[in-house]
Amino acid sequence: MDFSNFLLMRFEVILLAVILLLIIGEIFITQAKKDAVIHLAIFLFGIHTAVGFFNLDDGSLFGGMYRTNTLIQCFKSILNVGVLILLLQSGDWIQEKIMKHGRGTEFFVLLFSSLFGMYFMISSGDFLMFYLGLELSTLPVAGLAAYETTKRISSEAGIKLILSAAMASGTALMGISLLYATSGSIYFSDVITAISPDSLTILGFVLFFSGLAFKISLVPFHFWTADVYEGSPIAIASYLSVISKGAAVFILMILLFTVLKPLIGIWEKLLYIIAIATMFIGNLFALRQQNMKRFLAYSSIAQAGFILLGLIIGNQLGAATVIYFVLIYIFSNLAAFGVVQAISLQTGKELMSDYEGLYRTNPNLSLIMMLALFSLAGIPPVAGFFGKFFLFTAAASEGYYFLVFLAVVNVTISLYYYLLVVRAMFLRKSNNAIPYFKNKIYMRLGLLITVIGILILGIYSPLYEYIYELSINLQ
Amino acid sequence: MIEGISIYDVLTLTTILFFIGVYGFLTRKNLISILISVEMILNASVVNFVIINKYLYPDILQGVIFSIFIIAVAAAETALAVAIIINLYRQISSVEVKDTEVMKY
Repeated sequence: MDFSNFLLMRFEVILLAVILLLIIGEIFITQAKKDAVIHLAIFLFGIHTAVGFFNLDDGSLFGGMYRTNTLIQCFKSILNVGVLILLLQSGDWIQEKIMKHGRGTEFFVLLFSSLFGMYFMISSGDFLMFYLGLELSTLPVAGLAAYETTKRISSEAGIKLILSAAMASGTALMGISLLYATSGSIYFSDVITAISPDSLTILGFVLFFSGLAFKISLVPFHFWTADVYEGSPIAIASYLSVISKGAAVFILMILLFTVLKPLIGIWEKLLYIIAIATMFIGNLFALRQQNMKRFLAYSSIAQAGFILLGLIIGNQLGAATVIYFVLIYIFSNLAAFGVVQAISLQTGKELMSDYEGLYRTNPNLSLIMMLALFSLAGIPPVAGFFGKFFLFTAAASEGYYFLVFLAVVNVTISLYYYLLVVRAMFLRKSNNAIPYFKNKIYMRLGLLITVIGILILGIYSPLYEYIYELSINLQ
Repeated sequence: MIEGISIYDVLTLTTILFFIGVYGFLTRKNLISILISVEMILNASVVNFVIINKYLYPDILQGVIFSIFIIAVAAAETALAVAIIINLYRQISSVEVKDTEVMKY
């Protein structure tokens, strides 16, 4: 028997090896030296990320259930980089808060299992693999959201996430069963040829779409977002808002642009309405938030609305701009969540009013936060501007002028509330400002990478051209 | 094929089951009841897969295989949800939805 085919699953195999090594490490590392697990996990995942950049062949396995190409490899590498930054940022939190209860290894195992599910979800070649990947990527995160078992809000976040996720996946399954009824197969390659816009297919598609829209937290399905982000640990909130959302956007893009392409007349209208609703509701609710985690949750809903602008045009340009935007969004949002996490870890404060006068005491952190928020808002020198600019030009190139106009209105609204935080940090004075503190090495490294990403990604144009070339795989 | 029962009857049944589940999810006041409603949605799609496979495409058993996987994943989902509910119960001694309203708006 020839096992060399399995090298196509290099990402999955190595990540599985990392998970197993961590479990073995949990058995053999003594309780006194448990902190070594953190270093081991970050080191192993760093190797995994580095190996991911090497060239990988195109191909498919298991009779077409699993497939991979350079674009999918690029998706996985983007997710890897995001998770690596997230691990660096949350290493100190795990050491101080989680290791005390002796539950550090499980955190990494669950996190990596979720990422493992995302890999399979992105490379899926049929609906069965897609469904299994979707569930594997959601369930461990629900466990992680309820990870601080002594905190009431953490359990609440967990139960809200698991129940809504189960509901969403049940709805998606109903949709898949209807698509199966009309097309006669669960394989994507067969569905493409058999699908046609009749009533039952459209019903199936809408139910299926709602399941994925839940993962991206588009508007009619966004109710879980703010509560879960507020209740769960910050590391998990940023994982949900960045990695989980990114993976769901990638697979939604693959499905819409290839499998469900014959239904473009339907999903174009659907995305049009949902994009407008998502942008407005996300932005308007963000205006009144005082808790930083809730604030970032609504801001991430609004960002998902912007992503739809690239999806709606359904061609290579749209795909390239969406990937580019998601890449930049990962860096900017991780920077914002990283600062929130650093402050929360040192002082336990999470309210916007606690940030008043931060610039006088912690200038570096405030500058990073400002860069991140400017990037999220899309102010020119930083990367976020280019991401948004390309998205808007892509949508305008297909004639969606009104949608782009509404998006620009929303950028203006979002600028207001992002600047509220910047004003609190830089202009307000406060008697009980957060005192100066020094971050540990992992957190500093994590924040440094995000800052470099925010500053470099926007002006380094070969990256965008590279992504544009890769996007041809979607056609 | 089942004698005397057309595919429309079964699809009507699963659709009713699905919407009972959705209704229960939205209106129940107890977390366990909500979990049962979700299970109902999942089981509706399981029956759907099997019946579509049996009536429309009996040559390849794709739908049947799919339904087995759904049952397995649903069991995992339930176990995790019950674990989280038990953990919540330890802290607030209640599994009512109205008691899980610390975070709002």
